[in-house]
Amino acid sequence: MSEHEYVPKSKAAKWFNDRLPLLTLGAHLTDYPTPKNLNYWWTFGGILTFCLITQIVTGIVLAMHYVAHADLAFASVEHIMRDVNYGWLIRYIHSNGASMFFLAVYIHIFRSLFYGSYKSPREVIWIIGLMIYLLMMAAAFMGYVLPWGQMSFWGATVITNLFSAIPLVGDSITTWLWGAYSVDNPTLNRFFSLHYLIPFLILGLVVLHIWALHVPGNNNPVGIDIKKPSKDTVPFHPYITIKDAFALLVFMIIFAGFVFFTPNVLGHSDNYIPANPLVTPAHIVPEWYLLPFYAILRSVPDKLGGVILMFSAIFILFVLPWLDTSKVRSAVFRPIYRQFFWILVIDVLMLGYVGAMPAEGVYLVLARVGTIYYFLHFIVVMPVVGYLEKTDPIPMSISEPVLSGGAEPSIARKVDDKV
Amino acid sequence: MSKEEKKVNRRDFLFTASYTVGAVGLGAVIWPMIDQMNPDKAQQALATTEVDISSIEPGKSITVLWRGKPIFIKKRTSEEIAEARAVKLDDLPDPQKDEDRVKEGKDEWLVMLGVCTHLGCVPLKDKGDFNGWFCPCHGSHYDVSGRIRKGPAPTNMEIPKFEFVNSNTIKIG
Amino acid sequence: MIKSNQRLFVLFFLLLIPFKPIQSAEMAEPIKVDWSFKGLTGTFDRASLQRGFQVYKEVCASCHSMQYLSYRNLGEPGGPEFSKQEVKAIAASFEIEDGPDSQGEMFTRPGKPSDKFKSPYPNVQAAIAANGGAYPPDMSVLVKARKGGANYIYSVLVGYEDPPPGVTLDDGVYYNKYMAGNKIKMPNNLMDGLVEYADGTESTVDQMAMDVTTFLAWAAEPELEERHKTGVKVIIYLVLLTILVYLSMKKIWSRVDSEI
Ligand code: HEM
Ligand code: FES
Repeated sequence: MSEHEYVPKSKAAKWFNDRLPLLTLGAHLTDYPTPKNLNYWWTFGGILTFCLITQIVTGIVLAMHYVAHADLAFASVEHIMRDVNYGWLIRYIHSNGASMFFLAVYIHIFRSLFYGSYKSPREVIWIIGLMIYLLMMAAAFMGYVLPWGQMSFWGATVITNLFSAIPLVGDSITTWLWGAYSVDNPTLNRFFSLHYLIPFLILGLVVLHIWALHVPGNNNPVGIDIKKPSKDTVPFHPYITIKDAFALLVFMIIFAGFVFFTPNVLGHSDNYIPANPLVTPAHIVPEWYLLPFYAILRSVPDKLGGVILMFSAIFILFVLPWLDTSKVRSAVFRPIYRQFFWILVIDVLMLGYVGAMPAEGVYLVLARVGTIYYFLHFIVVMPVVGYLEKTDPIPMSISEPVLSGGAEPSIARKVDDKV
Repeated sequence: MSKEEKKVNRRDFLFTASYTVGAVGLGAVIWPMIDQMNPDKAQQALATTEVDISSIEPGKSITVLWRGKPIFIKKRTSEEIAEARAVKLDDLPDPQKDEDRVKEGKDEWLVMLGVCTHLGCVPLKDKGDFNGWFCPCHGSHYDVSGRIRKGPAPTNMEIPKFEFVNSNTIKIG
Repeated sequence: MIKSNQRLFVLFFLLLIPFKPIQSAEMAEPIKVDWSFKGLTGTFDRASLQRGFQVYKEVCASCHSMQYLSYRNLGEPGGPEFSKQEVKAIAASFEIEDGPDSQGEMFTRPGKPSDKFKSPYPNVQAAIAANGGAYPPDMSVLVKARKGGANYIYSVLVGYEDPPPGVTLDDGVYYNKYMAGNKIKMPNNLMDGLVEYADGTESTVDQMAMDVTTFLAWAAEPELEERHKTGVKVIIYLVLLTILVYLSMKKIWSRVDSEI
């Protein structure tokens, strides 16, 4: 990083900055040279930060009124909705906020997949991002348990029972997770504790995520390395801040639409029935953002196999930077990979769809095909296409015209050398 | 990029407008986050309590709970009333006539918030140098009218809003 | 590239379309009612809410509790908005258990606005025992707890029919085409003229079903009117700010040669 050393103007500021260089950090973040060709898919990092803060703030507020006890949890949520000043607003922001958070994170992840942001030298950013994503799922799952409705209870039962698939120790592990012989008050209590903790772990990881990003700097739609700062970059503030703000506002309009006009469409009506350990609802489905994994789980007719496959679907993403053999980052210059990218998107959407349907008949077939393709994409398509594909010509720089002739693998290679 | 180009004209109307409108919105979002900590509707609804006072003997008092705080209800003897009214206002740190602390015609009934005006402890009855209440926390003495006489408390014990529903029942709040 | 961007957008927003989960067993689609509380600016019809409360009190409340509501809610803005006096009188017409008193005994007293709605049964088990093994669900959030919402509740109330030939029903089971499996353990409680409405409205089955459903919709979402009103303001505000920020962004980015 070619940063000029920042020197505060006032004496007091300098005194402080010499001891704790917060001002230097501030200056770094303000001046941080960012590619000027970032498109709107790049605004989702800022949107995700907003989502995290929103969840933390509204969550702390809800925790002031919520009671984590099997006999009182449901009633305390109703108390929030009916009696607490603006309680309904705060609860609906938090519950819809979780969905908006996942919407943003999926866009963010597919952005990385399309533009090759997970590739060298950004593997660590990618892996930290996946850790964030895993923690988000854990936090969302435990949060959904807290209102102690029917879906809370049965969702918790089904998900915790996944661990019973582990040979030998499975049952001991589930009992340990529950703190009882079924999902019960002790389970609710510990889920509340963990639900409160996890977002702060995520916050810590986000700091690392951004730190790791600021070492190589942003990728960009063209996917080539750029000189920083140069005429290809703009300072983060005000250029990126204003653009992020604009995108965030558009996002907030959609968010507000859900909160104020259809606050329950993304949830499940059964969760307004208090938990009843004697009766399972007819269709138990997880929240929409977990549906693709749910489909993968159910596509396997074997308990342990399903669980393993479901977790593999996430963990395979951790080795993605090493499965992708292409020298070119951005799919803009990868005509073949680009097609497969869209097939993957459709595949995941389809898995999500069949995840909401009963696991029988044509849905089961679709789930199996979708699952197989999902893994094929990463294990076969990514490495093979990377080798065979003839990529389109890549420009030398963001502002310069496209080079004539074929792909320039040497450019990509130069990149690796430099870092 | 030259320095000229990079400089943003901060007085530009658009930027001022954006910042102002944005700040207003931020304020509007912060208010619910603050107001949620105020007493909720269920708390507000509990604002009144009715108390049966028929069984209180002269000279005795009871303590009831109202909004989570103790209310002292004392039926005073005529000697106690006379004693309270004999005090010169000049001798009081927080001058107030005993007549102003009770309902007219019901002078024997002293109904007050049993909370020391110093830092909120509950004073002990029939203690202290003034035949009234004594707060053990930091030594405040109150008289038989609940007025502060000695010690760190700044004001008399508070009289809540109350009314006689009938001769046997009072409604507090 | 712009094309592929748009494609991605469309796909992601498709994700948000709630799936129509399959209808299990044979049951009819609920009747679509044009409720006054639907839509972005929907509000409740006060007179209907007041009548609906009357139906609940005189008909449903003998089996169904509404344990999360308090009598004071009946006077709060956005609801039936009974006057203070009316709310007091309604509350006082119920005998509420309180205590323990200074002797340690429980006692009953007339209800206060701050009391919760009195439940017909002391607990769920008692409710099940008294109703042939079926629990009459608590109605506080019933409209939110059923997939079809208000439409579904209304449909069930008006959906009683004689069973088609060939269908035999056990004792205490009734035929209702809007229920899953077409069976319901609640008898048809509504008949024309059952309730004498305080405002003189003719109490047809349809009228009572509409009114009590409106009442239940409010009970489940007492914040609905405030939510709609605030929502409209918030969206207008956000659109305004978005325009300002968009123009500011254009201005700032005009300094660099880029395609924003
Ligand atoms: C709480 C969740 C997350 C937050 C707050 C967050 C925040 C951010 C921010 C602010 C950026 C920089 C701006 C941008 O490029 O959009 C970024 C970049 C990035 N994020 Fe995340 N992120 C989150 C989750 C994830 C996840 C789950 C993944 C991947 C599985 C991920 C992968 C990446 C990658 C690869 C980059 C580099 C982007 C580039 O410059 O091309 N992030 N993140
Ligand atoms: S609190 Fe009573 S004297 Fe300090």
